[in-house]
Amino acid sequence: MKNKEIIKKAFKQSIPIMCSYLFVSIAYGIMMNEAGFAWYVALLVSFLIYTGAFQFLLITLLSVGASLLTIGVTALLMNSRQLFYSLSFIDIFNKMKQKWYMIFTMTDETYAVNCNLEKQNKEEVMFYVAFFSRSYWLIGTVLGAVLGNLIPFDLTGIDFCMTALFIIIFMDQLEKNKDHFPAIVGVITAIICLVVFGTQNFMLPSLIISSMVLLVKQGGTGYE
Amino acid sequence: MNKYILGAIVLSAMITFLLRALPFLLFKEKELPEWLKKIEKKLPMTIMAVLIVYCLKDLRTQMTTLFFPCFLACLTVVFTYKWKKNTFLSIILSTVVYMIFIRL
Repeated sequence: MKNKEIIKKAFKQSIPIMCSYLFVSIAYGIMMNEAGFAWYVALLVSFLIYTGAFQFLLITLLSVGASLLTIGVTALLMNSRQLFYSLSFIDIFNKMKQKWYMIFTMTDETYAVNCNLEKQNKEEVMFYVAFFSRSYWLIGTVLGAVLGNLIPFDLTGIDFCMTALFIIIFMDQLEKNKDHFPAIVGVITAIICLVVFGTQNFMLPSLIISSMVLLVKQGGTGYE
Repeated sequence: MNKYILGAIVLSAMITFLLRALPFLLFKEKELPEWLKKIEKKLPMTIMAVLIVYCLKDLRTQMTTLFFPCFLACLTVVFTYKWKKNTFLSIILSTVVYMIFIRL
């Protein structure tokens, strides 16, 4: 594939991320603005940290003047799930010249899209998906912080496009793999953890417990 | 921007980046360990399942208002995608369904 086609393909793959990221990052910019932070502080956070939920929580933490220890531990706990995303891409990223950029730009959403790419020119497409997604996030942050509440539409609910994309990717995975055990483990563990640990804290225990179940299973009856 | 805010941002950025990079730092030169190789292929499916629950997590606290919009929108994705196999069609239709029903 020519470079132009690769970029086009990556852009197409990134459209659901665009809908979600612009919406969420504009909301983030608005909230930073309302909390009294200058637009460049919002941009700096989005530029350096680049993770959804934690950035929102950081607004509150900074506003109440939480200690650096509290902020550090919160970042550690909320973002530990990133570990699991990187695990699946060690081999591919190690081959890429943009390795560190790819590691730095891995998010829930780019992880999902990357999981579902065809083999052809996979690395290049992954790079541009990461690049586009990060651009949406930065543009939205500045838009929200500068224009704030001037945006006249009520777009509440548009972030469902990400849920829809995740479900589609999941359906493809179910079709491609005969073994549905990992999917079932994931759903059941996540629901139980959601009930037990609550909406803020369930991701990390879900990922740890379900990976452990997979490990135990492959040690026992075994995967080929 | 004072030192406290800058410090907090830089600290959070470093921790987040380290978490993203940790698997690469741990398994740098050598081959992946055997146990990891075995679940590496299975993990994406599990993670997607967890991510879908993550997207729908607000149902836990707002069951009464969100149940129908979520339920109908998810049904729309599943059925239109089974039927037409068109990613964009399914995303657009289900998002529109969701946006309409959360306003009713």
